[in-house]
Amino acid sequence: MTDMARSPRTPHKGILPPAWKQDFGPEAPRGRGIGDGIRNWWAGLTRPAQWAVGVPIILVLAIIPLYPPPLLDTPGTSFGGVMAQFAMYALIAIGLNVVVGQAGLLDLGYVGFYAVGAYTVGLLTSPNSPWNQTGGWLSPKWAWLLCVPIAILATAISGLILGTPTLRLRGDYLAIVTLGFGEIVRLLADNLPDITNGSLGLSRIQYPKLGESDSHAGGYFSSGNLGDKHTWNPLDHANSGTWWFWLGMVLVIIVLMFVGNLERSRVGRAWVAIREDEDAAEIMGVPTFKFKLWAFTIGAAIGGLSGALYAGQVQFINPQGFNVINSMLFLCAVVLGGQGNKLGVIVGAFLIVYLPNRFMSVNVGGQSLGDYKYLFFGLTLVVLMIFRPQGLFPARQKLLAYGRQVYRAVRRPAAAQATGAGQ
Amino acid sequence: MSAPALADVTLLASSSIEFNVSGVVDQFWRLTVEGLTYGSIYALVAVGYTLVYGVLRLINFAHSEVFMLGMFGQLVGLMVFGFAASGDVYSQGVALTIVYLALAMVFGMLVSGVAAVGLERVAYRPLRKRGAKPLIFLITAIGMSFVLQEFVHYVLPKLTGNKLGGLNAQQPITLVRPSEQFTLFDAPVTNIALVIVGAAVALALITELLINKTKFGRSIRAVAQDPDTATLMGVSRERVIMLTFLIGGVLAGAAALLYTLKIPNGIIYNGGFILGIKAFSAAVLGGIGNLRGALLGGLLLGLAEDYGQILFGTQWRDVVAFVVLVGVLMVRPTGILGESLGRARA
Repeated sequence: MTDMARSPRTPHKGILPPAWKQDFGPEAPRGRGIGDGIRNWWAGLTRPAQWAVGVPIILVLAIIPLYPPPLLDTPGTSFGGVMAQFAMYALIAIGLNVVVGQAGLLDLGYVGFYAVGAYTVGLLTSPNSPWNQTGGWLSPKWAWLLCVPIAILATAISGLILGTPTLRLRGDYLAIVTLGFGEIVRLLADNLPDITNGSLGLSRIQYPKLGESDSHAGGYFSSGNLGDKHTWNPLDHANSGTWWFWLGMVLVIIVLMFVGNLERSRVGRAWVAIREDEDAAEIMGVPTFKFKLWAFTIGAAIGGLSGALYAGQVQFINPQGFNVINSMLFLCAVVLGGQGNKLGVIVGAFLIVYLPNRFMSVNVGGQSLGDYKYLFFGLTLVVLMIFRPQGLFPARQKLLAYGRQVYRAVRRPAAAQATGAGQ
Repeated sequence: MSAPALADVTLLASSSIEFNVSGVVDQFWRLTVEGLTYGSIYALVAVGYTLVYGVLRLINFAHSEVFMLGMFGQLVGLMVFGFAASGDVYSQGVALTIVYLALAMVFGMLVSGVAAVGLERVAYRPLRKRGAKPLIFLITAIGMSFVLQEFVHYVLPKLTGNKLGGLNAQQPITLVRPSEQFTLFDAPVTNIALVIVGAAVALALITELLINKTKFGRSIRAVAQDPDTATLMGVSRERVIMLTFLIGGVLAGAAALLYTLKIPNGIIYNGGFILGIKAFSAAVLGGIGNLRGALLGGLLLGLAEDYGQILFGTQWRDVVAFVVLVGVLMVRPTGILGESLGRARA
């Protein structure tokens, strides 16, 4: 009661974080480093100009795995394969970022959704599964492609099922319940041997059968496709990992556009409101439960998509691949990159995937450095949380509604002056 | 094509989950004794979660690693005092066994206590100084949990010449060989079960007295109730937090000994993980922040798990624990007894 009476005069300290206020304050210093410089420059470009810059960058990224630069290359494993894994993790990070970064719901069982997606594809297309439908209504040629939407749907439904009862819980309690959910999914996969083949896993899962020919027996996406190093033709030069990376990149871009549009919509504004202060959002008329459920379901569906990608790529899944440690790793990618920042979490995903693979061939004291990855992740997390809790690429608050128009209108007349709007 | 396949699956599914009700009825007392034994171990670890949560509103995710270090601590202690894993302590008389038990417990408590306090110093105090958000604490805790586990997994074997740590479980330490002492309604009660339940209940009672009757117990309650006012009244918050971590750690160390009595070959780098989650479930079950709740939750979870594993099959043991946790949180988000470390009166 007293809070209500007081609220008109006292500012909501929960909704406006200090960084945002600083940007708008007249005395605020402008542009704190290279990250903000790039951010300002990017925000100042017109939409076509952004595409003109973005498309070449994307093309360069796509060509990198064909001709890996010597320093960037991973000596132990195929660089294309690493990049494929990166694309998968990038999807996961974007999905988890919706849940953790945007809506502020701590989900420690995200690997459960990933597993649901992978197992949906596995159960429908692996010969080990009693539900194998390949050759029935799933033609082997289109099996994987048809399974992807089914996997997304199944995961979205599982997100809805988990979210409906649990999203009344907050913070740490939600974290624990989702952790329990992730473990339950894994234990179910492990302990229902008649359906999921238990710890033996499901093998020979279908994958996209594209470009089958005499030289490519299983098509471009087959794990047998090692790529022809001597040809200039990128389609033949690429090994299976690179093909999966390209597919993953396309999916990442689609998902990014989808999530970006959501963020700029009423849904995205509701998420931010919930993240900053759930009670205040509720009082201001945001149906918090509904939007939390939205975030959870959308995040889950993206996780399922990534799981389907994984199942097709490795063609073999077993419960060990879905333990809670992976959930923590996914969370690491999001936190490391910077929660709430889509490009940041993609960089986070890259670091998570790339660094262990890069150091796998480096030995220290008879132990591959790749083995120490969890040790380093743990240390990095602790150090980062102490010195830079907002992540490597922190999100800046920006005007979510009409942000671009406002920014351009404000910026153009006085570009040299310190106006921080839309930053 | 698809219809018969689906029918097949329902058949298969029903064959993999059976409800063995008669098994539970037949073995009721045996399961009860077993369940209470596990439950009291959960309870001791759960006290660590509950105390820290009560004072700091923080789930100390790395508490399971404190417990795991306790297991290694007692092993080291026993090694230092000339215990060989193959040696048969129990045959050399009760007195020596008790000495060894006490030694192991002291070392376990020491290592766990130091680990818990160190954890607080290294990982949580800097965050508290910066006024970090709860999510940040949680992620740091997860990070510390990784670090401690992987330290034992990869670094410890390097430092000790492969004597400690590594991928495989340590040599089982059998301090007490299980032998039946008496029967409770036809259920055999072993000496180990007696020691475990006895020690756990005694330690829980001591902790309860410590919190409710002593001066620093009162300061812990004060900080749990209202940190700012407690500070104004001259209670050192930092000291209270340190004490809280210490008590939790010491109890986890004691639980480590009881656990290795029950499962002699359970000493492994990731041995704390599942137990930690279950102990946390127990704490939540009873009402996190509530000492008696931790005890009650631990015992109930142990019982539920034991009945559940016979009812559904042993492979579902862990699933039962998680389902119980989720179920209780759905119905009663504050646990059975509710949150009350701060509200307890003296």
